[in-house]
Amino acid sequence: MKTNELKARDHFHHHVYPSPFHSRQAQANKQNVWSRWADYLSVPTYYDTSLEYFSARNSCGVFDLTPMVKHRVSGPDALAYLNRLVTRDVSKLKAGRVGYAVWCNDEGQVIDDGTIFHLSPGVYRVCSQEHQIDWFMTSALGFDVEIVDETHDVAGLAVQGPTSCAILKKMGLQGVENLTPFGMQSFAFEGTQLGVSRTGYTGDLGYELWIDPEHAEVLWDRLFEAGKFHGIRPLGSEALEMLRIEAGFILAGVDFLPAQHAVRPTHTRSPLELGLAWLVDFKKPVFTGRRALLAEQKRGSRYALVKLDIDGNKVAHDSYVYTRDKTFAGTITSAMWSPSAKASIALASLEAPHGKPGEELLVEIYYQRELKWNRVMAPCRVVESVFWDPPRKRLTPPADF
Amino acid sequence: MTSLNKLNHIVIIGAGHNGLVCAAYLAKAGKKVTVIEAASQVGGAAATREFAPGFRVSSCAHLLTMLDKDISRDLQLESHGLSMARKNLSTIALGQDGEHLVVSGDQVDGKVSSADQVAFKEYRRFMSRFAKVIGKLHNRIPPRFASGNRSDLIQLGKLALDIRLLGRDDMREFLRIAGINIYDVLQENFNSDLLKGALAMDGVLGAFSGPRSNNSVFTALHRLSGNTSDPAGSLSLPRGGMGAVSDALASAARKHGVQIRTSCPVARITMEGDRVVGVELANGEQVLADAVVSNADPKTTFLGLLGARNLEAGFAQKIKNTRAKGNAAKLHLALSGLPEFTGLRAEQLGERLVIAPDLHYIEKAFNHCKYGEYSARPALEIVFPSVSDASLAPAGHHVMSAIVQYAPHELKGGWAAGKSAFTDVVLDLLEQYAPDIRSKAVMAEMLTPLDIEREFRMTGGHWHHGELSLDQFLMLRPVPGAAQYATPVNGLYLCGAGSHPGGGVMGSAGRNAAKALLAR
Amino acid sequence: MKKYDAIVIGAGHNGITNAAYLAKAGLSVLMVEKNPWIGGASVSRELHKGWMYSNCSYVCSLLRPEVYRSLNLARYGLQVVPYGGSVTMAQNGDILGSYVDEDVARREIARHSKRDSDAVVRYHRDIMRQCRFIRKFLLRTAPDPTSFRMRDIREMLFLGKEASKLGEEGLYEMMRFYTMNLKDFLDEYFESPLIKAAYAGSGIIGSALGVMSPGTAYVLLHHAMGEVDGNPGAWGFARGGMGAIAKAMNACFEEYGGQTVLGSGVKQIMVKNGAVTGVALDNGDEHYADVVVSNMTFPRTFLECMDAKDLEPSFLKKVRNFKIRGSSGKLNIALDGLPDFPALRGNTELIKGDMHLIDSIERLERAYDDWKDGMWSQDPYIDMLIPSLTDPTMAPPGKHFMSVFVQYVPPKVHGEEWTDAQRDQFGQTVINQINDYAPGFKDLILHAEVRTPRELENEVGLTEGNIFQGELTMDQLMFNRPIPGFAQYRGPAKGLYMCGSSNHPGGGVMAAPGANAAREILLDLRKPNTVPEGWVDD
Repeated sequence: MKTNELKARDHFHHHVYPSPFHSRQAQANKQNVWSRWADYLSVPTYYDTSLEYFSARNSCGVFDLTPMVKHRVSGPDALAYLNRLVTRDVSKLKAGRVGYAVWCNDEGQVIDDGTIFHLSPGVYRVCSQEHQIDWFMTSALGFDVEIVDETHDVAGLAVQGPTSCAILKKMGLQGVENLTPFGMQSFAFEGTQLGVSRTGYTGDLGYELWIDPEHAEVLWDRLFEAGKFHGIRPLGSEALEMLRIEAGFILAGVDFLPAQHAVRPTHTRSPLELGLAWLVDFKKPVFTGRRALLAEQKRGSRYALVKLDIDGNKVAHDSYVYTRDKTFAGTITSAMWSPSAKASIALASLEAPHGKPGEELLVEIYYQRELKWNRVMAPCRVVESVFWDPPRKRLTPPADF
Repeated sequence: MTSLNKLNHIVIIGAGHNGLVCAAYLAKAGKKVTVIEAASQVGGAAATREFAPGFRVSSCAHLLTMLDKDISRDLQLESHGLSMARKNLSTIALGQDGEHLVVSGDQVDGKVSSADQVAFKEYRRFMSRFAKVIGKLHNRIPPRFASGNRSDLIQLGKLALDIRLLGRDDMREFLRIAGINIYDVLQENFNSDLLKGALAMDGVLGAFSGPRSNNSVFTALHRLSGNTSDPAGSLSLPRGGMGAVSDALASAARKHGVQIRTSCPVARITMEGDRVVGVELANGEQVLADAVVSNADPKTTFLGLLGARNLEAGFAQKIKNTRAKGNAAKLHLALSGLPEFTGLRAEQLGERLVIAPDLHYIEKAFNHCKYGEYSARPALEIVFPSVSDASLAPAGHHVMSAIVQYAPHELKGGWAAGKSAFTDVVLDLLEQYAPDIRSKAVMAEMLTPLDIEREFRMTGGHWHHGELSLDQFLMLRPVPGAAQYATPVNGLYLCGAGSHPGGGVMGSAGRNAAKALLAR
Repeated sequence: MKKYDAIVIGAGHNGITNAAYLAKAGLSVLMVEKNPWIGGASVSRELHKGWMYSNCSYVCSLLRPEVYRSLNLARYGLQVVPYGGSVTMAQNGDILGSYVDEDVARREIARHSKRDSDAVVRYHRDIMRQCRFIRKFLLRTAPDPTSFRMRDIREMLFLGKEASKLGEEGLYEMMRFYTMNLKDFLDEYFESPLIKAAYAGSGIIGSALGVMSPGTAYVLLHHAMGEVDGNPGAWGFARGGMGAIAKAMNACFEEYGGQTVLGSGVKQIMVKNGAVTGVALDNGDEHYADVVVSNMTFPRTFLECMDAKDLEPSFLKKVRNFKIRGSSGKLNIALDGLPDFPALRGNTELIKGDMHLIDSIERLERAYDDWKDGMWSQDPYIDMLIPSLTDPTMAPPGKHFMSVFVQYVPPKVHGEEWTDAQRDQFGQTVINQINDYAPGFKDLILHAEVRTPRELENEVGLTEGNIFQGELTMDQLMFNRPIPGFAQYRGPAKGLYMCGSSNHPGGGVMAAPGANAAREILLDLRKPNTVPEGWVDD
């Protein structure tokens, strides 16, 4: 599905469109259950969430990320523009590198997070969860830049897991093993260009592949052919959700409310409140949100988004968090049983002054066993490191398994 | 951050009247101040210039209504040469049939019912009272909401108290009409179409509104709200034109040590890190300053001289969204003698003449402007300043200055093609009231909003540097975040009509800005 | 004759609401209505055999859910069924559809402007922010800012507290929102002329202002602050037409023992020694009560139904100055079949919703210019619906009922009363316009009821045909509605109350003025309150 086709006058006949990988997804989708991701059909679970999850932790899982919103930013002021847009210093991002970034409104509240791909000198791609063209264009006042939404013109696959490098090599991407984390490179592939970046949303070794939608099916086929003996398996969104929580990645609309959506203006979060202070570079003289964030730094934040390690085996979905003396401290934003850490883990938004590493808290968990509901106040603590962080994630070249 | 108490040098961009007032107050407080002006003379839109050999006219603002009396006193403008050629002008509402109305103070004379005469006294009473509530805000730095700052709360409390002190009935009436249109208020009070037309003119002058547009009562109140020693809304003609006000201000400023450099356009405001460090002139010269105060309009200041990229995106967008499209043109005539207006005596031409025969006439004139057309039958405010001030024209000759509404900033088809046709429209209209006016006109100059934009360097050609309306007043002027004269950019301040309390040759914005700077 | 505890004049939806809450509190209540039917402007009538028309109001969203629930309207048979989208048709044959599905809606806007399809998120957010604020005041009596009474001070403090919750930026935004014009407001969000026109339309419905008049941005709220089942901004049909709402309310009123006299209007509200004693009807009957509640418009109550000597001249002057200019007309049309809009072929959802024929702000504003000239718009803005596509009770199978709301239509033509010929010409103007977008439309018309402000006034008593019982401008909102000093539902005589849309929070089939007035009456009578509090939404 390309931009032009979505623009057809009769687009309304379908609420949702097949992804460029749809024919292959349909074959693999044993459950034949579909969910929606923006304009596209997406697969929550192909076969079994747990098995899909383990494919990405143990061998290789493939996730369709075509619906991800993608903007191309180019023009003489592209760098200056991006540097004013996001909180981090983009000038440090060399061509061929990828960086995670957040952008804020003037009040220093996060509009969205995403990744910036420095495709070639002065040409960038910004991927995000939410549509951003309104804010990106608003921010373009006074800059000589071109901003194009290319969401539908680029198909994407995440290829994640310890055998992912081996599979790509086998598929013929020579030298892909030399890509360092957050590096990217373009390969000739079936008469077109295949972009490969060593990035992902799983916290493990993994790559993301970018290609013209017309070559989507052949890419899928070649990939699965190459991965036949390396445990390759399609990955649904439910397994991906587990992977990202273990990796400590936040999700817009789940762990924070994007500022453009906030009818209740106090429900938003600043990057400092999301634990992303490392992404804020006050040395830059101007970026949107700087004044407010400087003031916040001085005054102190209202919230802290933290990782919780929870005692016991109950999952803390939608729970309240209390101090040990049972005063309210915050709420859980994401929670799961981590099959890799073998622990009940969660991300939580705590009210200041809570959230210091090591702080001991309680989580109020409601759970049921055979329709009987129980409540437990589970002890937990704030931890600093992510729940899954294997050395192979950083190793270059990666091992084949 | 440099403490402003140790400010060594302040640069003011623009020698408009507000820039000069600001400079004078800062210098008076012991600051070293340089005013940098692009034009060859000071004054900005309060200027007098020769538009035909021997004929001089106030090229933008042409009547003095609001000059703040405290500023006149503090800066001793009279001793610096400011004097009035004429004070307390009456307004003559020109009737199409030659039957005119003369409005002076709270009196109306002419063909109006006694009921209208009584109603006018009452109208003047409550309008002046309400204007005073607004006028009290002029010399205050607008408060911020919810800042947690005590002085802001006190300011808001003061405003509430001022409204309460109107008494129950007037307070209710104030709260009812302050936001609505003058059409309804006039319909409620008067019968005479001609009177309503003339009074409505005060509600639409310089504004993107017809009498039926909400906010036109506010425009009328603002015009009456000057902190002057004369009765509210009194009109005066400075001797030598409006430029005389600026000359006196410049002289006062110089006396306090201000350096004024004319013919020096500023190319840009320069920054180092996150603070403003001076300005760069068009000739490349760098002028360093500890603070830069801009008398230019907000769009020119932020989007032109500073550049949107040096602002946070939301703020830049707010500035872009400010409404500053002029809809008034100026017509200047050099006349070989005084024209004869049907039904007027020659000396009456020394008053303020208004062509706005009824409410619907103005509303119809406004309709065109909404669609980028000029009015087919415009509404006019006319003065012949040379009647009171012979210095403006060669002996026996005269000048006419008229504000013509409506003329959009962006005319469909462009002003290059439309200007002479529009001039004819206005002259045709004038001929209906003064049949010999064309024959006496030696030369005509029409300044469209586009010309005003160019000549006075104000984006959009809006003489208030931005629409004066409730959504752009007080803490909303020019935009929240820059309404207290300080801006989100360290070291940059505003002092022009784009800031509270807006345009009209008042000087309050300049003085408030100086106050804000000195309070840092 | 029997003396009642209270008499309510006018069986419009606010009158019945008011009467029902009073009866629920145990009062003996008589409702009098000039027409032989109830409902006022919330009415369904079979003016053409087999067709049920929603003659005046035609869709439902604003009806306060608290009233719906507390009067048990569901039990009395009221069903409000939401409808899907809406569509704006442009002269060039293109359309802008508004779809319920978020992604389809976004793609549709993106066909016209990519940027606008994203900006719409910000737009709805900001509108919702304003709605959330104003909703808190719908079921509350506005405080008198000049008063030092405890209750007014407490309510002013509540207002201040709610305002301060908006935060500093929010307060500035709100100040701007209430004073801006619709065009400038929309310019801050959108670039596509079609999208701006589509959104602007809902801001002028019923308003005697143009999109370029400051203070019009607010009117948007009046069409966005409603809901169906908690879906903010959603609109629905009352099954059986808008009369079904009045009918259900009336059934409730009757169950609480209320009585109704139909078919005779009030000649005069009787006053003795500064207190009301009852009403005298046109048919000569007199009914007595110490409480008289008028659901009639503000001017009609005092200029037509009261003796001037019972009122202060200064009060009467203010009544005369109350702004209640009609600006809308309506066509109710019985159709032999479904009209064919070529632009909507295959689009089975959009034709079920509001359909608009507009493509620029300028066209809207020019329509207003005609009104200022005392003419109906030659190129009017219309909001048309075919309720029979959703509600099977409105027309025989295969046939359809079409409701066409028209903006702008003046209360008088060039200052003169409407003539029947002019009314028919006006009807033709509208039918011709629809026919341009749906060729063959004319041939489907079996019957049409054409209503100008004259008909609206004569039939349901809306002064000058203003559908909101008074314009919704800042001088007539909150504590200024209908006039300062009388914004708490109490009239100038003892025992006299006002419960119509002339009062806070204004027009639309909302039932809030009726409910609020009942609360005040019960307070004065020291009776237990039967009127619900607004539901808290945090």
